Amino acid sequence: MSVHGGVRVFVPCDTTALSLGADEVAARLEREAQARGLSITLVRNGSRGAAWLEPLVEVETANGRMAYGPVSADDVSELLDAGMLDGREGHALSLGPTEAIAYFAKQQRLTFARIGVTDPLSIVDYLAHDGFRGLEAALAREPREIVEEVKASGLRGRGGAAFPTGIKWQTVLDTEAPQKYIVCNADEGDSGTFADRLVMECDPYMLIEGMTIAGLAVGATQGYIYLRSEYPLAQKILDTAIARAEAAGYLGDDIRHSGKRFHLEVRLGAGAYICGEETSLLESLEGKRGLVRAKPPLPAIEGLFGLPTVVNNVLSLAAVPYILAEGGQAYADYGMGRSRGTLALQLAGNVRRGGLVELAFGASLQELMEEFGGGTLTGRPLRAVQVGGPLGAYLPESQWQLPLDYEAFSAAGAVLGHGGVVMFDDSVDMAEQARFSMEFCKVESCGKCTPCRIGSTRGVEVIDSIRADEDRDANLVLLEDLCETMVDGSLCAMGGMTPFPVQSALTHFSADFRRPADGGHS
Amino acid sequence: MSKPREGSPQSVQAEIDALKHKPGALLPILHAIQDRLGFIPEAAIAQIADALGQTKAEVHGVISFYHHFRTTPPGRHVVQICRAEACQAVGARRLEAHAKASLGIDYHHTTADREITLEAVYCLGNCACGPSVRVDDRVLGRVTPERFDALTDALRTQILEVAG
Repeated sequence: MSVHGGVRVFVPCDTTALSLGADEVAARLEREAQARGLSITLVRNGSRGAAWLEPLVEVETANGRMAYGPVSADDVSELLDAGMLDGREGHALSLGPTEAIAYFAKQQRLTFARIGVTDPLSIVDYLAHDGFRGLEAALAREPREIVEEVKASGLRGRGGAAFPTGIKWQTVLDTEAPQKYIVCNADEGDSGTFADRLVMECDPYMLIEGMTIAGLAVGATQGYIYLRSEYPLAQKILDTAIARAEAAGYLGDDIRHSGKRFHLEVRLGAGAYICGEETSLLESLEGKRGLVRAKPPLPAIEGLFGLPTVVNNVLSLAAVPYILAEGGQAYADYGMGRSRGTLALQLAGNVRRGGLVELAFGASLQELMEEFGGGTLTGRPLRAVQVGGPLGAYLPESQWQLPLDYEAFSAAGAVLGHGGVVMFDDSVDMAEQARFSMEFCKVESCGKCTPCRIGSTRGVEVIDSIRADEDRDANLVLLEDLCETMVDGSLCAMGGMTPFPVQSALTHFSADFRRPADGGHS
Repeated sequence: MSKPREGSPQSVQAEIDALKHKPGALLPILHAIQDRLGFIPEAAIAQIADALGQTKAEVHGVISFYHHFRTTPPGRHVVQICRAEACQAVGARRLEAHAKASLGIDYHHTTADREITLEAVYCLGNCACGPSVRVDDRVLGRVTPERFDALTDALRTQILEVAG
C-alpha cells in the first residue's frame, strides 16, 4: 500500500526511457487518471535494462508487478480502458508479470538485481533491497580482510583490462602515504556500452557503497567519480545521491558512527575518449590535458597527484557490495575458468531486443545474440559483431560460438572489454567500418606517441586509397604493416588496439576491400 | 550593489573564486564558465591563469584538448549526432548526411539564424535505441531523418515533444 492510497504505477526515468518518451507517458498517465477520477501514485523507477521494451510501465498488484511496453503517450488512454491499473492482461502491450518476462528471468543478476525495481534516489528502497549490507560487513572488518574477500571473489577489472581487482587494492593498501584516493572510471566512452550509465542512473547508492568499501579497504578517505560529460542525467542523479548518502551518514566524517571517513565528489570529463584510459583520466582529474602517462609507475603506487590510487571501472566497484554482503565465494561460484562472477553484456546496434543482459561468464556469444537479442532489428541476416567497443575486433559468423570468457576471446584475437556487443546486418560495408576505426583514433588520440597520432591519419588515407582502388594491392600490404607498427609501438590501448577492428575486417571480410572504386554495393 | 552583468569579468571571476581552492580545479572552472555563458570567452583565460598560477598557454592548451569546450558562442541550441558504431549499425550515417543537408551546415557550425549549432558526438550511451541525438541536455532515441526535421522545426518554435 502506498501512503497516497493510489495504485503504484512505475514509469522509468533513465536516459533510454526518457529518449523514447517516458516523461510524456508519465504526464499523460497523471492527466488521464485525474480526468477519470482514478487515484494513482506515480513512481519514477530506474530502467530494468530491457531497452527494447522502454518505456516499460509497471503496475503494482497483489500478485506482484505487471508490465506493459513499449508504451507511448498515445497508448495510455487505451491501456487504462483495458484495465491496466488492475494489472489486467490481454492488451497487445501487456507483458504479464515483470519478473516472468523471459529476458529478465533468464539472466543472473547479481550487480543489477535492483535496477528498475527501485526509485534510484530512495535510500529507503535501497535498504529494503539489501542496500548497504556490504558496507556494514566491511565496517566490521580489518582492511586486509576486505581485500582478501575481494581477492576470493576472483573479480577482474570490468573496464576492459580484466586486471584482478583484489591485487590492485592490495598494492594500494601496502603503499604507505599520507593520502590515498579511490577513483571511479565512469568515462564510459565505448560505443555499444551503457551498463555504467545504468548503474549511475538507476542504482547510484550501489556505486557509492562500492567506493566507500574500497576506501575502507585501502585507507583512502577521498573518492572521485570521473564522469563523462555526455551523461548529464547521471551527473544530476549522482550529485543528489551523494548529498543524501552524506545526510544519512553513509558518507562523510563518521560513516555509520564508525569514526571512519570517506568523501566523494563527481568530476566531469569534457568529451575526450582517451580519458577512459586510466593515466589520462588522472591527468584530466588534475586539471591537465588528458595525455597518457608511461607506466610504471603504476597508479596504485603513484596515481592522482602522485599518491596511491585505486582506479576502478564503475562495474568493478558496483560488484563489490554483493561480494562483501554475500562473500567472495558466492560471487566466484559463477563463471568459467579464470573469469569469475557475472558480466554485464550490452546488446546494441542492429538488434531486435537490445539492452542489458547480466550473465555468468561462459555463455556463447551466439546464445546471447539469439536468445536475448532475437537477431537483427532490420530482420536481415547478421553479418558482423563488434565486441568490446571501438577498439574491439569485428567477429564473423565463424567466431560466434566463442564463450563469453576473457581468455577464450583473447585466444581468438578478440576482446570482451566492457561487454558491449554491437550487431551489424549484411548491409554493412566493413571497409567503411575499418576506415571509421582509424578516423575515430585520429579524432581521439591524445597525440603523445607517434604511432597513434600519425598512424591513425595515415590509416584513414591508406584505407581511402584502397577503397578508391588506387594501387590497391600495395596499399593493402601497407595497411597491414601500419597496423603492426601501431600495435607494437603505441603507448596505450588507443593506438595499440585501434588496429584490432581493422585487422579483423581485413581478415574476415576481405571482399569488402575489393569492391569497385565507386563504392558499389553488392 | 548591482549584480555583475552576465559574461562580465566580475561574473567569470565569481565562478573562478568559488572553485579555485579545489584540487585539480581547472576543469570544474571551465565547466562552470561554459555552463553559464555557453562558451569560454578569450578574456577569461587570463583570469583563470592568474587565479591558478598557470600560464595562459597552459589554460589554452587544456581548453583546446577537450572537444566539449568551446571558445565561441554556440547557437541557441546545441544538437549533437552520435557518430559511433552502434548508431552506425542502424542508420546514423544517413542521419548525419541528412542533418547536414537539412540544416545547410557542417559539424561545428551554427545556422545563419543562430538557432542551432551542429556537433558530432561519439556515443551517448543509448546504444540499443539509436540513432541517438542530444539536444542541449536531452537525449533522443530512434531518430529518423523525418523525426530530425520535426525536431529541429520544433526547436525553432520552442516546442519539444519526444514521442507520440
